[in-house]
Amino acid sequence: MAPILDIQNLFKNYGTTEILKNINVSIEPGDFLVLVGPSGCGKSTLLNCIAGLEPTTGGNLFIDGQDMTHVSPKDRDIAMVFQSYALYPTMSVAKNITFGMKVRGVDAATQERKLNEVANQLQIEPLLNRRPGQLSGGQRQRVAMGRALVRDPKLFLFDEPLSNLDAKLRVEMRSEIKKLHQNLGATMVYVTHDQIEAMTLATKIVVMRGGVIQQIGTPAEIYNKPANLFVADFMGSPAMNLIPATVLRNGKGAQIEISREGKEPILLHDQKAIDLPEKVILGLRPEDIAEAGFRAGENIQEAECHVEMVEPAGADTYVVSELGGKQVTARLHAETRASAGENLRFAFDLAKASYFEPETGNRLN
Amino acid sequence: MADLSFDQTQQSKFGKTTLRIILYVLLTLFALYYLLPLFVMVTTSLKSLEEIRTGSLIALPREITFDAWKIAWASACTGIQCEGLRPYFWNSVLLAVPAVLLSTLLGALNGYVVAQWRFRGANLIFSLMLFGCFIPFQVVLLPMARLLGLMGIAGTIPGLIFVHVIYGIGFTTLFFRNYYVTIPSELVKAAKVDGANFLRIFWSIFLPLSLPIIVVTVIWQFTQIWNDFLFGVSFSQAGTQPVTVALNNIVNSTTGVKEYNVDMAAAIIAALPTLLVYVVAGKYFIRGLTAGSVKG
Ligand SMILES: Nc1ncnc2c1ncn2[C@@H]1O[C@H](COP(=O)(O)OP(=O)(O)OP(=O)(O)O)[C@@H](O)[C@H]1O
Ligand SMILES: [Mg+2]
Repeated sequence: MAPILDIQNLFKNYGTTEILKNINVSIEPGDFLVLVGPSGCGKSTLLNCIAGLEPTTGGNLFIDGQDMTHVSPKDRDIAMVFQSYALYPTMSVAKNITFGMKVRGVDAATQERKLNEVANQLQIEPLLNRRPGQLSGGQRQRVAMGRALVRDPKLFLFDEPLSNLDAKLRVEMRSEIKKLHQNLGATMVYVTHDQIEAMTLATKIVVMRGGVIQQIGTPAEIYNKPANLFVADFMGSPAMNLIPATVLRNGKGAQIEISREGKEPILLHDQKAIDLPEKVILGLRPEDIAEAGFRAGENIQEAECHVEMVEPAGADTYVVSELGGKQVTARLHAETRASAGENLRFAFDLAKASYFEPETGNRLN
Repeated sequence: MADLSFDQTQQSKFGKTTLRIILYVLLTLFALYYLLPLFVMVTTSLKSLEEIRTGSLIALPREITFDAWKIAWASACTGIQCEGLRPYFWNSVLLAVPAVLLSTLLGALNGYVVAQWRFRGANLIFSLMLFGCFIPFQVVLLPMARLLGLMGIAGTIPGLIFVHVIYGIGFTTLFFRNYYVTIPSELVKAAKVDGANFLRIFWSIFLPLSLPIIVVTVIWQFTQIWNDFLFGVSFSQAGTQPVTVALNNIVNSTTGVKEYNVDMAAAIIAALPTLLVYVVAGKYFIRGLTAGSVKG
């Protein structure tokens, strides 16, 4: 299938500051691409470049096979939902939704029909005659979605559409957007810095930092095989444990040595580590460290550790301990007997362990 | 304990009322002070010359007569002509209405561009416009006279309109620019994605939002242009003088006795339109000056 959006070597400067550096992304029809990254990394800028709201400095941008690099936003066949919703304050909800069609000279009957379809889909019929100022945050969000949906474009662009909502509403709207995507089969590009949103919605995630793409992959790839320390730390909550370690090799295989203050080091076998350099950073998700005896697996190894902090979180209990000079979080079952200040046997599962080069931060395995 | 706190609230309530009373007394005094001249003008204009000569300045008229108003409006002499203020009043209307509308519209467009369609050099242009607000009138008189001559509109009402529009653009741009920068730029982006062009966005989205600032600008411009004397006296001819210049001529054309009642009536007539604008739109004026950002 031809990509619906294809970005090639895109650069964007504001004056002399480079904001986007050599962006290459392409997505297939029906994809849900999520752009994540810390604040100021250029997500909105990239979205604006895709929309044609900001001119690019270099590179090319194709939508559905056509070079759109210098085409104005109205001719790109896109629709966009903004973080602030950007509803037209003096127009009613209905007028907000139909404004685009009116500008494009769509006849009144079609406008009416499409308006009703979308209003029905988003359940905003009772609001059609209100002004945006008379709506709640969640309702405004829906209207903004309606304005995009009514256009039926090749590409939907969303810039943090949920960030102004409270936690509960955000979860609700998140699943609604997911449903919408599945029902419409539409192609979407979605900016967020909420990594849970990214994981739940995306078919493909782009992690950015300082205008540079760090990794592109499915949510599972990003989660299980982060390309570098930044991605490993950024995606997942609580974050991946990143523990400085030494690789020891003997005739039979490789061992990972994690030093501990005032205690003998922990030694863990991992055959994967055989070709690694001596100094590495071991990346282990909290769920890969459990309480001994509660976890079965091929490569489970146990070690006694000192518990420093216990944080019950409902379904799980997070336990913090110190390994290799770092606070390490383990995800235990809710009924654990662990208590701060005591020792507990942990079970380490290295099957999904990641290894990173300490200097460059790049993934090694 | 309870008694004590009760006492305290009583006391502070009492203090508050006293303060209020003092405040109102002061405000009333100030209001009287400012209203007194107007009072004298109105009463004097309703008296006969005879009564003015014999009576006291602040006394109410014994006999109300509108003769002075009639004379001021229709037959007072402004030099050799004796047609009253009427023709000049209409000159001012013909001058002020288009000049106010044009300068407001241009200010709105300029403000919209400077605030929302940033281009290279936008800041410089805006600074130059601001600078234009502070150029003293006297400095532009000669070059402007020359320019009007070259354009062939010297001494005409269109010429005066031109001068006032040019001079007003700086202020009107400033007003609209400051209002429009508070409007989130995402609104323009959304409209662009919706397919609207520069003028469509201005017309459908920005203008409907602008009522408060339009009122402010119109009041400001109308007051400036209607009350202007210097441009009026410099760039007009016998038939095209605005009401302010005519008023001056009426008051200064001394033929025999000084007709204070006619002068007062003429002054009130000349000031009436600006007063009216404030009374009608003053509420919006305050609102517009304090209007903040627009929440979408
Ligand atoms: N008009 C501009 N002129 C100069 N620099 C800009 C401009 N707009 C954005 N920037 C800079 O570009 C960088 C990227 O901004 P952008 O808005 O794309 O970040 P973001 O990833 O969307 O952040 P957030 O998550 O906070 O929305 C920032 O460092 C910002 O300061
Ligand atoms: Mg952003």
